[in-house]
Amino acid sequence: MADVNLTVDGKKVTVPAGTLLIEACRAAGIEVPAFCYYPGLSLCGACRMCMVRIEKMPKLQTACTTPVGEGMTVHTETPEIAQARKATVELLLGNHPLDCPVCDAGGECELQDMTFKYGAPTSQYVEIKQHREEQQWSPVVYFDRPRCIMCYRCVRVCGEGMDVWALGVQNRGAGSVIAPNRQDHLDCEECGMCIDICPVGALTSDTYRYKTRPWEMNHVATVCTHCGDGCKTTLGVRRADDGMEIVRGDNRDKSGINEDFLCIKGRYAFDFANHPDRLTKPLIRQADGSFATATWEQALELAAKKLKEVRDTKGPDAIGVIGSNRTTNEENYLLQKFARTVLGTNNIDHHRTADYVSFVRALAGKADRAASLRDAGTAPAILLLGNDPTEQHPALAWALRTNVRLNKAKLFLVNTSDIKLRRQAKAFLHIPEGGYADAVRFLGSNDANFHGIEGAADFRDALRAEPKLLILFGSEFRGHDIDALVSFGLSLPDARFACLADYANSRGAADMGLLPDLLPGYRPVAAPGPFAEEYPNLPQKPGKDLIEMFDAAERGELGALYVVGANPVERYNVDPASLKNTFVIVQEMFLTETAQIADVVLPAANLYEKGGSVTNNYGDLQLVKKAGDRAGVRSDLELIVRIADRMGAKPQQLVPFGRGLRADTGQSRGAQSGEADRHSIWLASRQIEPKVSPFDPYAVLDEIARLVPGYDVERMNLLAGNDVRTKLVSIEPAASTTRRDLVLPAQDALFTSGTLGRYSAKLAEVHESHRKSPAEAAAD
Amino acid sequence: MPELVSHPEEVKVISRRWGQGAADIDKYIELGGYAALRKCIEQGPEWVINEMKTSGLRGRGGAGFPTGMKWSFVPKQSEKPKYVLVNGDESEPGTCKDHLIFLHDPHSVIEGTMIAGLAIGAKVGFIYLRGEYRYLIEIMERALAQCYERGILGKNIFGTGFDFDALSHTGAGAYEVGEESALMESLEGKRGVPRIKPPFPAVVGLYGGPTVINNAETIASVPFIIEMGGAAYAKLGTERNGGTRLFGISGKVNRPGVYELPMGYNLKKMIYEVAGGIPNGKALKAVVPGGASCPILRADEIDVGMDFDQMGKAGTMLGSAGVVVLDETVSIVEFALRTIKFYQHESCGWCIPCREGTDWLKKTMTRFYEGYGTTKDIDNMRYLAENMLGRTFCPLGDAAAMPMIGFFKKFRDEFEEYIRANPSAPESQALVELVGA
Repeated sequence: MADVNLTVDGKKVTVPAGTLLIEACRAAGIEVPAFCYYPGLSLCGACRMCMVRIEKMPKLQTACTTPVGEGMTVHTETPEIAQARKATVELLLGNHPLDCPVCDAGGECELQDMTFKYGAPTSQYVEIKQHREEQQWSPVVYFDRPRCIMCYRCVRVCGEGMDVWALGVQNRGAGSVIAPNRQDHLDCEECGMCIDICPVGALTSDTYRYKTRPWEMNHVATVCTHCGDGCKTTLGVRRADDGMEIVRGDNRDKSGINEDFLCIKGRYAFDFANHPDRLTKPLIRQADGSFATATWEQALELAAKKLKEVRDTKGPDAIGVIGSNRTTNEENYLLQKFARTVLGTNNIDHHRTADYVSFVRALAGKADRAASLRDAGTAPAILLLGNDPTEQHPALAWALRTNVRLNKAKLFLVNTSDIKLRRQAKAFLHIPEGGYADAVRFLGSNDANFHGIEGAADFRDALRAEPKLLILFGSEFRGHDIDALVSFGLSLPDARFACLADYANSRGAADMGLLPDLLPGYRPVAAPGPFAEEYPNLPQKPGKDLIEMFDAAERGELGALYVVGANPVERYNVDPASLKNTFVIVQEMFLTETAQIADVVLPAANLYEKGGSVTNNYGDLQLVKKAGDRAGVRSDLELIVRIADRMGAKPQQLVPFGRGLRADTGQSRGAQSGEADRHSIWLASRQIEPKVSPFDPYAVLDEIARLVPGYDVERMNLLAGNDVRTKLVSIEPAASTTRRDLVLPAQDALFTSGTLGRYSAKLAEVHESHRKSPAEAAAD
Repeated sequence: MPELVSHPEEVKVISRRWGQGAADIDKYIELGGYAALRKCIEQGPEWVINEMKTSGLRGRGGAGFPTGMKWSFVPKQSEKPKYVLVNGDESEPGTCKDHLIFLHDPHSVIEGTMIAGLAIGAKVGFIYLRGEYRYLIEIMERALAQCYERGILGKNIFGTGFDFDALSHTGAGAYEVGEESALMESLEGKRGVPRIKPPFPAVVGLYGGPTVINNAETIASVPFIIEMGGAAYAKLGTERNGGTRLFGISGKVNRPGVYELPMGYNLKKMIYEVAGGIPNGKALKAVVPGGASCPILRADEIDVGMDFDQMGKAGTMLGSAGVVVLDETVSIVEFALRTIKFYQHESCGWCIPCREGTDWLKKTMTRFYEGYGTTKDIDNMRYLAENMLGRTFCPLGDAAAMPMIGFFKKFRDEFEEYIRANPSAPESQALVELVGA
């Protein structure tokens, strides 16, 4: 559209025609206050705070509902406008309880800010404020009705944004209240978006309410540890007896890849960190079969001694290593390097929840065809095969819904179930159970019919007409089905692809080479390229995969098993007895099914307690930041280095610390912490930050950037907290083709999150509350 | 059935068929009904819109927007269906004209709707009746059914190829729904709150289609204008205020009722001659000239012509032409309380200034009326009303603020006297300290 010129407070602004005046003002750096206006949601014009004076207009106009006009002259702060805003604030305060000292929103409340700015210091009213009792609407959502200023943001975000429509308005006039649409409770996805978007403290969360004050917390922007979307979540962290306590997760930093969105897991499911069952002391199995607590010295010494013993007596291939899809890239990289160079084996694997190996192979040489999560919010057309993002990838579901709603994107679905996103779909191909392979073959072929499913041919024709199709698929697709799907997509002009796995670093685990036959960046172990020089004594023979390791253990051929942040015993239903002749070392937060049969258990930090990076399903790399220290636990990175050290390996060879320029870390950094931070970011961005410790994840990241194809990203951008694209490698990992299918979907839904989810009391409570009683189910 | 009033000064156009049983289609046709429609079908849409423009007819709901111009705003081509919508949600206090039209001459509304539909190219019209007008619903339903029986509604009307359907719908009891966009929300089955404008209904209206929405009296005037010609109709009134108007006179007059008088008719004459003056020899105190939302006129301000422009000059509005007459026995304080009670009850609650403003005005006014008022309260209430004015989402906030400002401006002495005359309770002293003297 053509551009429009206008003048705001004397500044000349040029914006595209159709821009709302409030956005044009923002573009000119002028903030026009508003309670009800929220970008992306339907317009309201209800709060009347954004009133501005437009010359030649008789009355003040709302900037949020007025599109810009050519030659418009606008004033946003005049005495008249200030008076109008003050009068509105006065009216709001008339019934608003002044319980700011105890209100959750105190200090981050938009009504407080407006009162501060426009001043409404005296009350004209002597009548009693309208009071209403507080209500609990769900396990996580509370509504303090008198605090509500009726901006309708919650109603709109729940309906328009989430497509849940759990909230509405009851009564009229001064009696109007926001209320659940279903009697007295929310029938919803518990995302907490309503709480996040509330400008005041009317909506509060069960996990945070009346716990602390915003200024008493550190706010740490990191990446959620749950699903594979990689949402940025800001943790509110407070000091506690044992180091730190996370009291809040929210999305105050809207700069993340998830933009406005955060789901229940990112928002509330951090409480596993402070679960009473958390391991904080190393455990060693005693002769009588019981566990006894031990010192770190004893536990690490024993673990290292046993690994060395097995390696030196039974040979490196008598050791198995199982990594995690929730640990950082640096830890994953280090774990496989440790396995391959210190233990000397390729027996390394992890719980795969999507077939990234096949995905990378199918897209070999087409790195530009790999999609980012951000593409889901901008692509003009999307084909989603399998998966149910509403349950498995809430941020993806949000991006798709938003894209359909705001950009009129076309969503095409192929699924065996009637998934919720169908409501946004332009076309839905409902296929029979197990029909994905046939569906893909149909898309790529010219058959007129597809099992007699009506509209299938039209569906295919519509897809073929899409020049920029984003193709997303779930773990239903593996091996040759992925080949077929990719070859169909590549027949379209500019299709992009993403493969959906289940956990925070599922993609990173595969990229970092937690695979028996592939090195980091999917390099075959038989053709290691630069790794041949970098990794001394790299074994060339592919190792055992996860199942083979347990088979070997059963045969008594696995002398030691080193498990880092995984629970294969539960996940793969392993008979504990089969490991009776294997020395098992487990690094874990909890005494999981796997930890219970271990010989040494090392208490590990979780993703919120360490730094590093993770790669989401789409290959978007992000930094995770340490929310705080916690007594009694160590990062997996540190534990790997310490075990290696005790085995006699050189830490310098594992972690390239000590490189880089020795910058003066003293005086020149200045006394202000902000200055120091900027300084260190600058140094790190030029990779001259001194990595003085072998436990420094950035030292490992340097090596990843140097050796792993696709990970040589712009460091400055990463350090600034942005998501950066890794470039899909173009090496053909031929060796993997003969492997059997090792993908085991996590089967997680909206309120579950693998082993970790079981230790989140809040997630468990919500999960329980959403299980329908038989009577309720019958009534539906 | 309410008694009809009559006066020799009246110019009966729209009320011509009242009291003659024209609710029945045979009688209506006998009295010349549906001839205007035939004529319009023959002459075509452009001619109709021109006649309407010539007639000088301005919206009878209260805003006074020229009807012909409104119709001409509807785009000729539209992907979505166009609609005609009749606003019969008459609920302005002091106004009782539309219900007489529905009662005595429902077919004039139907005929007007069809002519509007023909003019803008709509195939469907909705007649939205106020929910409380239960007894009128049957009459309207019967009239519509008769039209379908006679082939006046439906396909190929009069064999001319013109198709039109009309339906009636009732509100659920909200003043707010008298606002055109809130009415559309209500008709669509949603919460009755107004929409953001622009887009205006002529472009995006009911179900997203271009819509002409007119007051029932406006629509009912249409067949008469076609019949007598736009120019002749215009001549009945004053400049830029064509035709006649139904004035509903209520309150302290000898002969209250709805009178059809030319636009621009003198208000003083209307009260003293047409409505027979003030009963019991009492003196006139004030007049609310166009429904409760119009600023009040003092007794010395009523020598003024009743049209949109002259009333505007007099600092008030013609509104819905519901003239409420107050004599010296009426307490302005009590009248103000009654007025704000109404608007507080009817505020839809969508925007802050109206929702909170009407509520605090009512609360303060109630206390004031009960004898616990202070002079500071008068200032506060005026400040409140002035800060609502022009700042609300829809005109309801203005409708509440304007009369209140009028009361405080023109009758402040009466409010002050009310405080002095009601030194009610010892508590009021504490209140004075709290609120300020």
